[in-house]
This record gives sequence, C-alpha cells and structure tokens, in this order.
Amino acid sequence: MIKVLQSGFYSTIQDIGRFGYQDYGVPYSGVMDKQAATIANTLLGNHENNAVLEITMTGPKLKFECDTLICLSGASMNPQINKNYIPNNKIFNVKKDDVLSFGKLDSGFRCYLAVLGGFNVEMVMNSRSMYQNITQQSSIKKGDQLAIKNSTFNYKMHHSNLRVNTSYIDNLTLEVYRGPEFKYLSVSNQKKILSSRFTISKYNNRMAYQLEEVLANNLDSIITAPVLPGTIQLTPSGKLIILMKDCQTTGGYPRVLQLSESAIHSLAQKITGDKLQFKCL
Amino acid sequence: MKFQLEYKSYHDRAIIVEWPSKIDKYILRDIILFKAKIISDNDSNRQELRSAYNSLLIIYKESVHFKAEKEALIAIYSRVSTETSLNSRLWKIPVCYEEHFALDLQYISNAKELSIEAIIKKHSEVVYTVYFIGFLPGFLYLGGLDEDLEIPRKSTPRLKIEKGAVAIGGNQTGVYPIESPGGWNVIGNSPIQFFNAKNNPPCFAKTGDQIQFVPVKVNTYNKIKSQVENNTYIIESEMIYD
Repeated sequence: MIKVLQSGFYSTIQDIGRFGYQDYGVPYSGVMDKQAATIANTLLGNHENNAVLEITMTGPKLKFECDTLICLSGASMNPQINKNYIPNNKIFNVKKDDVLSFGKLDSGFRCYLAVLGGFNVEMVMNSRSMYQNITQQSSIKKGDQLAIKNSTFNYKMHHSNLRVNTSYIDNLTLEVYRGPEFKYLSVSNQKKILSSRFTISKYNNRMAYQLEEVLANNLDSIITAPVLPGTIQLTPSGKLIILMKDCQTTGGYPRVLQLSESAIHSLAQKITGDKLQFKCL
Repeated sequence: MKFQLEYKSYHDRAIIVEWPSKIDKYILRDIILFKAKIISDNDSNRQELRSAYNSLLIIYKESVHFKAEKEALIAIYSRVSTETSLNSRLWKIPVCYEEHFALDLQYISNAKELSIEAIIKKHSEVVYTVYFIGFLPGFLYLGGLDEDLEIPRKSTPRLKIEKGAVAIGGNQTGVYPIESPGGWNVIGNSPIQFFNAKNNPPCFAKTGDQIQFVPVKVNTYNKIKSQVENNTYIIESEMIYD
C-alpha cells in the first residue's frame, strides 16, 4: 500500500486507457504522456499497461507502507525520498515508511510514478484509468490507501541502463495530419494554421487544451461525428480546441487537424502560456 | 439503396468513411450493414469501428497504407446487400413528465402555443431511432422528434442537469444518463439507468434500436426507481423484425 499524506494539485491513476467501449460513449482516458509512462514502466520491467500515477503540476506526498521499486518519468518536479533528491528515469528502491514528496515544477507539466508491478486499484471495463462516473474515484485524495504489489523479489535489472531521450518534453513543434474537414478551410486559414505560433490558454485539462489565438472562421458546425484524442476542432468563434485523453467520443465542430501520437505526448507536457506550432506530416 | 461514400485518412492508424451529410434512416441502415460486413471480413489489423449519424471511423492496430485499405473497404462495401434484414429492439422507457421534473415544459408550452398534455402526447407517441451513443457514457442520439416540439437550446446552459432528465435541444431529444451541465430544455425524468459500468455491455440499447417514452405518474416513477436501484426492474421491450 501507498498512503496519500497530501494529494497535491491533481493526480490520477492511469493505464494506457479503456478500449472497446467508445460506441457506448465512454472516453478512452489513459495516460496523457504515454511516452513518459512507458519509460517508467519499462525501466522497472513492468508491462506497458501497468497502471501508474499521473501527477499534474504539483506533486502529492506519499508514504510507502511496504518495500518496493519505483521510477519517475516526465515532468521534472524535484522529487525527494525522505527529503533527499532523486532523479527521474532511474530505478529507486524504497523501504517501508519512506516518504516521497515533490518540489518546484522545473519542466513539463505531468510526471509519472510507476511502481513495481503497477498500481492495483479497481479495474472497470478492462482499465484502471480513473474517470468520473466510471470509476468510484476520479482523483486521489488525502488519506487514500493505494494498493500496490508487496514484492521486490522477482526484479531483474534488465533495463536499468536504458538511455532515455526526454527532448520531446520541450518540443514546441507538434506533428499533425490534415483532419477530415481541413480541406474546407479557406486557403489563407490553411496557411495560417500551419505557420502561426499558438499559445496554450488556461483552459487546459485531461479533456482538452484550448488555444488563445482566434482564426476568422468560415466553417459551419458538422453533423455530430466521431472524434479522437489529438483531434483539433475549430469552434464557430474561431478558437482551436485540441482534444485529449478524457475527451468525448463524438463532437460537432469541424476537425481541422489531428496530432500524431508523439505530438500528444509533447502536448501533455505543456502548461498555460506555452507556445507551440503545427507541422504537417 | 447504395450511397456515394467518401474515404478520408484521419491519421496513420485511422480512416473515416462518410455518407451524405444528413440524418437519415437509410444512411443509418447502410452504416450498420457496412460495419457488420467489415467485422465479418475478419482483418485483425482493424481494431475498432465507431459510427455516428453519417460516418464510420475505423481504427487500426498498426499504421495502414491509405490507398490500399481504401480499395479493400470499397470492395467490402460492394458486397453489402441492401436486402439484408436488420432486426432491432424497441425499448419502452417510462418518463414522469410531472411538474417537479419538467423544468421547461411550461416554457415550451408558451413558446409553442401547445398545451402541456399535447406536448407530452407528441413526445411519447413517436418511436425514436437510436443513431449512436456519444457525448456522455450512455447518451443516446435519437432521431424522430415531432417537428412541433423543436426548440432551440438554452442560450445559457444549466450548470447541472439531473441524471435521468429527458430533454429537447433543437430537433433532438434525449435522456441525460448521468448528472451533467447541459443546454437542452428539460421536460421530464426517467428512472431507468442508461449506463451501468458494471454491466457488459454497459448500455441496454445499441445503434439501430428504437425507443418509445411511456408517461408515468410520480408514484409509478418512484416504484420503478427503487426496483432499478435493487436491480429487479426489467425494461419492457420487443423485437422488431425487418
């Protein structure tokens, strides 16, 4: 078990997502930055789909109630074990009663905590990803006891020296595909959207990132149609909305661009005020 | 009837197929038949198929070569027989239209110059078609609303619409499966659970099914609600043969 002493800003348990239920209106959910979560899981020798803790902006304070191995990846939040700093992307052996805490956010926005064997929280519709109205809990709270496996026995240090490339976290250029309605944009808007710099607005969360800049929009809404994480919608008021992992399954705004999978990882590490631009694949 | 379909790449592992841009029962039927044919083609790279009013999204495990896959899909579509019969289920959904739940019924009555009784009659006489499920887990997109009941969404959405609220927005009607913000006009409430994460599948209805609303008094509503909570309520339904 891991006991939550303080919850921090917003942390949720996530695996790679809830697949196969989208025709019932269920969002995919899952880790926002799959690259970071996969690095942390892989270094521990976990399966890619083992559930991790996704920590947003300000970290929680966690007390371990058993020995285990952990690994952190993604945003740099000055993590400490018993007030001694530990690095990201390295395996760390924690003991019963150790306390993991976090400091200032130095880079990125989301940090991932993987534990050996993964978090063993409630599984709903084949996934442990927390989501309101699907799982009982939608984020971790002070006083929670998070179930983990109590063993370091089978661990073999296969991947402990894996070289980790984290440059994607600061990447400002997001690779995109043209979306289903891209061709209906005016030529000037097509050029503008692929050459301008955009700013992340304060309206950003696991459902969507809204951008500050406004395009003079000439597109009508569409008949409600499927959307995906990474779909960039253009609203009637000319705002761009980039859907993320907890997005609805369908939408009625024109889908002008679609982020590549690696661009979703980069965007998940962006914070209000960050700049970005799109590059067509 | 066969349609002129458009195939578009959505990303390296997704293709979207589009029918003419309208809400139409024949399009729905064609989408369901095409979807079934793609599934029976049994290509293990095709991981997920999702449909809405006039589109079918196909998601692949590994990236696909768009042109080759488009040709394969066209060939599958050519084998869809419009003669195939398509059975569905009609679900009878109890709704209490009484004042306590019907927050906007009086407003619609005034705006449309229709009596409350007439609105309830028009809303519950029609058989609606489930086009797809989206927006919220278990939210059914229904077609078939009587034109006389069409009314624009509220200019300022309510921050909280109760679970089970039956509402009208534009030319659509639906039931909020969970509490949610929303801009539709609320005319009643259903005690039925439209989404249950513990059930597999989590929704009783599926694309192509039909829905009819049955007006009930508040005491019947309460009785059904407690049966639903105890998992003893069985929704009345019948097979509709094509």
